[in-house]
Amino acid sequence: MDKFRMMFQFLQSNQESFMNGICGIMALASAQLYSAFEFSCPCIPEYNYAYGIGLLVTPPIWFFLLGFVLNNNVSMLAEEWKRPTGKRVKDPTILRYMFVSITQRSLIAPMVWISVTLMDGKSFLCAFSVNLDIHQFGNSTLIDGMTEVEIVKLLAKIPCKNIFNQPEVISREAASRYIKCISQAFGWVFLLLMTLAAFMIRAIRPCFTQAAFLKTKYWSHYVDVERKLFDETCKEHAKTFAKVCIQQYFESISGDMRSFHKHRSSKDDSDDDDDDKKKSDEDKLLGIRDQDDMNKVLWNWHTCKPPLALRKEQLDGESHEGLIPNGDVHGVSGGPNGYANGHAPDLPKREWAAYYSKV
Amino acid sequence: MDRLKLVLQYFQSNSESISNGICIVLALISVKLYTSFDFNCPCIPQYNKLYALGVMFVPPLIFFFLGILVNRHTGVMMDEWLRPIGKRSKNPAIVKYMFSAMMQRALLAPMVWILVTLLDGKIFICAFSMSVDPKPFSGMPNNTGLDLIKLMAKVPCKEDMIFRNSTFRKAVSRYVRCYSQAIGWSILLFFILLGALGRLIKPCFDDHATNLQTRYWSNYLDIEQKLFDETCVLHCRDFARKCVVQFFEGMREDAVLRLPLSPEVRYRGEEDMVDEEEERLHGITKQEQMDQLLQTWFQCKPELDVTRMAYRPRVCVTWEDHNGQTLYSDV
Repeated sequence: MDKFRMMFQFLQSNQESFMNGICGIMALASAQLYSAFEFSCPCIPEYNYAYGIGLLVTPPIWFFLLGFVLNNNVSMLAEEWKRPTGKRVKDPTILRYMFVSITQRSLIAPMVWISVTLMDGKSFLCAFSVNLDIHQFGNSTLIDGMTEVEIVKLLAKIPCKNIFNQPEVISREAASRYIKCISQAFGWVFLLLMTLAAFMIRAIRPCFTQAAFLKTKYWSHYVDVERKLFDETCKEHAKTFAKVCIQQYFESISGDMRSFHKHRSSKDDSDDDDDDKKKSDEDKLLGIRDQDDMNKVLWNWHTCKPPLALRKEQLDGESHEGLIPNGDVHGVSGGPNGYANGHAPDLPKREWAAYYSKV
Repeated sequence: MDRLKLVLQYFQSNSESISNGICIVLALISVKLYTSFDFNCPCIPQYNKLYALGVMFVPPLIFFFLGILVNRHTGVMMDEWLRPIGKRSKNPAIVKYMFSAMMQRALLAPMVWILVTLLDGKIFICAFSMSVDPKPFSGMPNNTGLDLIKLMAKVPCKEDMIFRNSTFRKAVSRYVRCYSQAIGWSILLFFILLGALGRLIKPCFDDHATNLQTRYWSNYLDIEQKLFDETCVLHCRDFARKCVVQFFEGMREDAVLRLPLSPEVRYRGEEDMVDEEEERLHGITKQEQMDQLLQTWFQCKPELDVTRMAYRPRVCVTWEDHNGQTLYSDV
């Protein structure tokens, strides 16, 4: 029981911690992408703002969508949303819960990008350097001698250290420090707001809807597990279906051949052990022991596949002679040939009556 | 690998030590964040103090809320606090104990940030360089044309042109940093003393027995909630499995074959080795059946009721011979 519990904990923690792990990896990827990205402000009045704000806003959107793409539960949500009602009533709270949890996870990487961008300050500097009040940082006498256009061009060059060529008009460091400081303030406030929002949702929510929340959590987890189990059951079924289908195909071919070649293995009455071993080998061979037989099997498999309909036990063959249907119940385990169920490859096939019912 | 597993198991076994572990990780993140943060003092009189104090106090707030959020016990405590009484009476001491434990853990990372800030000194210099009286310091540049406040506000900024190689700037910075570190160390000493005193004196005032009880029951609540979640997940899995199997079997069709009944056929009881392959097929043996099954799975999901499967009656068979005497019976 203890071992089971440990394994179970590992499995369960795997399911959730898998999604959390992906979430964390994406956040790290976002930070790493930012540091690897070579930010190069155009330093041209018309393009600065677009570049700066574009870099602040576009990658987060991309990460958000990527989060949806990488999350397995999105297809589950879509399926649950779109299915016809049928015999199972649809519960909108479950859909909401699934959507909210997917969105929460997808929002982490964009948040990391935005915080890192704001803390670093380069994109803010690039976007807003033209809006600076030049008199605060510059030499008024020199500034008055310049035209509007020249002033704007100069301000736009502030983010670029190497092309800024008029340090006597404006102190570039002071101006960039100022804008960076505003950017960092925005960054911290943004982080604080996000944390407060998360706090309100996680810590205060139990005040309102705890019982309903437990129900919703259970049933949304159920939908996920059910879907996985259905896939598993289908796979198992397909495997078994294929196995039995192929078995019957081999047998049908071997049946044809055997009546043609008159193969009869009569030597398996010796030992019990040998008996079992030979039986299993016999079973595995499915009656094909000959190159020509095998070639015919392979040829027919491509040219004439069997129908997708499994027969129930042995059905065809001659009618039985010798077994008297007298209702004698001693036939429980055995009858004349010693087999209660399972096929007897070396004996004429019997007819049975089989009645399967759902009741 | 084994040893790592053991260590992880140890940490996971005790839920208190998980919380401690998370708390320490948050404190380390706080230090790392401080070192990687590019502190950028504006060096403008109106904004210095605002910026510096903002950087000193806003991140601790963030870490505090984060500390409460990532702590599992928050949920347990809120549940216990808000639940209706029902059949289990409420003990406010437990909620108080959990609240204080949660607060203590959540306050560690903010304290670490504030201490690191003070011991490093940059923020203090940025905030309070303007309040320094420059007279005791020699070498103040007096040819810049800036008034005193503006000049002092520029002290934190090393790269500024007026302070190139200036001993004045270095002296003022050192002075303010020294104050900052003094305050930092005093706060640290104060908290350590407080903690030590609390540990030593508390048992004198507390009822140890009640304390033991409170600790036991708060741990119990935590474990109970974990087990409940686990049981729900296990149940969910079983429920889903039965529902799916029931659905498969519901799609089976009756098969009638008109052939003479052989006495060798008998009901396969539980003692027999059930043919696993047949079992896994659940009676679905045709392509059309499978297609129909898959279509129905989407169009008309089965209702959430596995009573039929869970309480499937076992057929009891009685074998009689031709005289009516019972030969064998499952009953």
